[in-house]
Amino acid sequence: MEIPKSFLGYKRENGRAGTRNHVIILPVDDISNACAEAVSNNIKGTIALPHSYGRLQFGADLELHFRTMIGTGSNPNVAAVIVIGIEPKWTKRIVDGIGKTGKPVEGFHIERTGDIGTVMKASKKAQEFVMWASEKQREECPISDLWISVKCGESDTTSGLASNPTVGNLMDKLEPLGVHLCFGETSELTGAEKVCANRGATKEASEKFMKTWSSYNDFILKEATDDLSESQPTAGNIAGGLTTIEEKAFGNFQKIGNCKFVDVLEPAEEPKKGKGLYFMDTSSAAAECVTLQAAAGFNIHLFPTGQGNIVGNPIEPVVKLTANPLTVKGMGEHIDCDVSKILSREMNLSEAGDKLIETTLKVANGRLTCAEALGHREFVMTKLYRSA
Amino acid sequence: MSGLIYKIFENSNKQIDTINMATDIIIHDKKDNVGVVVIEKITPKQDCKCWIMEDDSSTDIQSMDEIPLGHKIAMIDLKEGDTILKYGHDIGKVVKSIKKGEHVHVHNVKTKKW
Repeated sequence: MEIPKSFLGYKRENGRAGTRNHVIILPVDDISNACAEAVSNNIKGTIALPHSYGRLQFGADLELHFRTMIGTGSNPNVAAVIVIGIEPKWTKRIVDGIGKTGKPVEGFHIERTGDIGTVMKASKKAQEFVMWASEKQREECPISDLWISVKCGESDTTSGLASNPTVGNLMDKLEPLGVHLCFGETSELTGAEKVCANRGATKEASEKFMKTWSSYNDFILKEATDDLSESQPTAGNIAGGLTTIEEKAFGNFQKIGNCKFVDVLEPAEEPKKGKGLYFMDTSSAAAECVTLQAAAGFNIHLFPTGQGNIVGNPIEPVVKLTANPLTVKGMGEHIDCDVSKILSREMNLSEAGDKLIETTLKVANGRLTCAEALGHREFVMTKLYRSA
Repeated sequence: MSGLIYKIFENSNKQIDTINMATDIIIHDKKDNVGVVVIEKITPKQDCKCWIMEDDSSTDIQSMDEIPLGHKIAMIDLKEGDTILKYGHDIGKVVKSIKKGEHVHVHNVKTKKW
């Protein structure tokens, strides 16, 4: 298959391109959710991103909160942003961070005004933003403007056999075209960590990966009353035929094909070393992982699933694929790309990879994903430790 | 260590005869000594068709056990201490000898991790 050289995206002020054109209402903290949701209810075509945190956090955990907030607003799938927080200082910090992209952003704080006054002021600005954004047209963008993140979930043996290698095949074909790619799931790589470290494009990248993984493993050894042998693989994994944690990890690892990673990112950190594959230190929980990748600037997500994870994200479209024919049959409304014919050998991996590229480009051009059509907008902040 | 985990079959011009190619077992990598059952189950003494994905080639094996979907079959005789290779990688060690065609799982293979 000849891979198209371009897609139709929204060009942004900072040179990036979006696959979507959202106007978001971003609450800084948990107690501003009501206000943000009221604004999005008033002004059609805007989305509120309620979440559970943003108060009394400190240190690295607070830094991650700001990075996720600013990164989400800065994502090229977002045309303009309304930020609403309880107090002015943190609200301004987020507005200023997003403002560096050059996109329209305005902040409102609730203290001294109350919800109703804030909703009125923020709604007026949101209306202005959404009407401005609605004039934006999709334009031809080079395929290298795609930043593709990946994560698998509800995995079963069909994931390692077929759907994860299909994503790997897509990576092998798109990486030479200059796209950005990202995989994560630090915990799920346990058992394949040395082989994964060897996939660093440089010695520095390999060492950084081992440092990140070891730090995670030390945490497990410190917190766990037992080793992981009772929980990894899970009873469900074993019933499905997975025998060891290594086998599970290598199944997961199929998603990166033959690519080498150029750098290791902190959670929600934007890649800075140009095109290519990045590893991000993330949880293996689906919504947390996708939220962090979206906050790092990735504009389309590929999600292979076995038993049928249904996750979506408010700003980054999540394309789901499966090789499990029972999942296609039982919950087809969640599956954007069916590669189950691999198991019956009616399709080889290269054909499956081509099919996934076609689906990815359709979605990049504007076709709704199943998760978008079904209203999945899971926006879940990662929290590193308890608040003060 | 070359770092190659999965060599992809890239010859998309090659036509696949889908009628005669139905497969019972998938083997990821030529180096692998286990395959994965991809039909509902295989029964003892069943002659199974195997597909090696790495180079899109075929092979056969006769099963010794009943093995369910998603579970592994030994492609060669394996003795205690041998390494199980899947995806071309070490996924654990044999703790009880296994004959070609037998079920490979937690009763005869353990992680090397713990």
